[in-house]
Amino acid sequence: MTLILQALINGLMTGALIAVPAIGFSAIFAVLRYPNFAIASYATIGAFAAWWANTTLGLPVIPSLALAFAVTGVVGVLSEETALKRLRDNGALIVAIASIALNLVLENIVRFIFGNDMKGYDLPLARDLRFGELRIGPQQLQSLALSVAIMAAMFLFLRYTRFGKAMRAVADNPDLARLKGIDPARIAIVTVFLGAGLSGVGGVLIGLDTSIDPLTGYRVLLSVFAAAVLGGLGSIPGAVVGALALGMAEELALIVVPATYRTAVGFVAILLMLTIRPRGILGERAS
Amino acid sequence: MLSYVVFTLTLCGIYALLALSLNLIWGGIGLVNLGLAGFFAVGAYASALATGAGAPVLIGWGAALVVGAVVGLVVTFATLRLRDDYLAIVTLGFAEVIRLVALNERWLTKGSDGISGIKAPLKAELGLQGFSWFYLGLVTLIVLAIWALLRRLDLSPYGRAMKAIREDQQLAAFAGKTVLRFKLQAFALSAAIAALSGALYAHFQSYVSPDHFQPLITIYIFLAVTAGGVGRPVGAVFGAYIVVIFLEATRFATEWLPGLQPVQLAALREIMIGLALILVLHLKPQGILPERIPKAPLPSNPSA
Repeated sequence: MTLILQALINGLMTGALIAVPAIGFSAIFAVLRYPNFAIASYATIGAFAAWWANTTLGLPVIPSLALAFAVTGVVGVLSEETALKRLRDNGALIVAIASIALNLVLENIVRFIFGNDMKGYDLPLARDLRFGELRIGPQQLQSLALSVAIMAAMFLFLRYTRFGKAMRAVADNPDLARLKGIDPARIAIVTVFLGAGLSGVGGVLIGLDTSIDPLTGYRVLLSVFAAAVLGGLGSIPGAVVGALALGMAEELALIVVPATYRTAVGFVAILLMLTIRPRGILGERAS
Repeated sequence: MLSYVVFTLTLCGIYALLALSLNLIWGGIGLVNLGLAGFFAVGAYASALATGAGAPVLIGWGAALVVGAVVGLVVTFATLRLRDDYLAIVTLGFAEVIRLVALNERWLTKGSDGISGIKAPLKAELGLQGFSWFYLGLVTLIVLAIWALLRRLDLSPYGRAMKAIREDQQLAAFAGKTVLRFKLQAFALSAAIAALSGALYAHFQSYVSPDHFQPLITIYIFLAVTAGGVGRPVGAVFGAYIVVIFLEATRFATEWLPGLQPVQLAALREIMIGLALILVLHLKPQGILPERIPKAPLPSNPSA
């Protein structure tokens, strides 16, 4: 029982971390209608930007996170405008393929600058909190709180700001949004900035938990996709629910399968979900 | 130097098969397979294990074809009724799972040590040099055979139905084409060809390990098919040769750069590969040998 409870708690924590880049991915998918594989490198770039701010400038976690958000947001917008934008007319698959190539380029720019070695953030070590048999790391709690705060900010943004409402309108029906005078190009830029920025923040949160290297983002890419598909591709609340469900599924599966198969759980979850309920948990559109 | 050229040309042939496999479904029916590296691995391990258990090499290659096709069917089954970007995500996951299995199931695959001493057909009889030439000839012949087969398929009514599905699957379904069955068949055939390519690779190297099946291979093949021309088998083959030669050229190009760490040189090569793919997509989306749309044949019996 304790084992299962501990797995559920851990799953909630890892799920909350995956949820942040999954929201970013879903936002881009909802507005621009293509799966952006480059979010893996955005997460890596965010993780390295925050690491640099943290270890070189000596900034604490939250300013480092803000810097990572800004840096990856800018990198995302620049890449989108130079490498992907003109391909959008050729269909989602072409843009997806270009985003894989873009991911390769960005990931290797990080590798070129920082090398392949693992790097850790400069954080004080802290003892795990114990609740009876259960243990929780203070770092995990902090990341969970940050992740919840970021999600709350995102929901408020989408619900109450002009840009948020415009984004939802474009996601819902691009033609109607255009008729209402919403400029899709501006919305695209804001969406990519947010989506890439959130992926970057996600990369930092994951890096805080362990260590970072140029493949940090790529390693969570499948989990992010799985979360988005589980929740319903393109749905932002779906991304959160999908991420939490996936996190718990991964941790529960670890009780019976070796830890090396963690990413495989995401794959199996996608296959099961697509077979049973193709729309995902909260999605509306299947095709 | 000569043996290096023979080696490179053999590798070109192996990549050409992968490119033909991708072209069949991407150019043919409009689906993508981001798990090519996974099917390549499945074929390599299937043949390595079958011949390791004592089967002749040809049986090993047959096993690769069959296992590849079956795995292809399993992977696509859940996603084909959905939008195509789901298949892209699922195939990417599939390749990763195959790599994890190859890495962790030591009883089957010897883990990261890899399987060595895979039978090289006729190597004992021909000697090292003779074997390289023989294998180059064999791979080239297989590429030609598969190319001819796929070209026929391309020009046949089956090929036209595939392209109709690629352009507008609702219309194709309305015209009485069984879209789902066409997609499954095309994907299974494509997966089988990718697996055969893996088997040829395994017996060429006499060694397979999870390191040989990085997702990077899939990117190489997308570059090959895009550069060569999506939708035309000869374009895919041509693209594969260009890409392997380009890859080898970047190896030489980076040797000229002084003062860089090996990891930086490796990173530079991958940057060049990614940039090349993006550039090709922007500048020549139809590729060097673009698809030719043949005129629709006149109905043989207009009154029917």
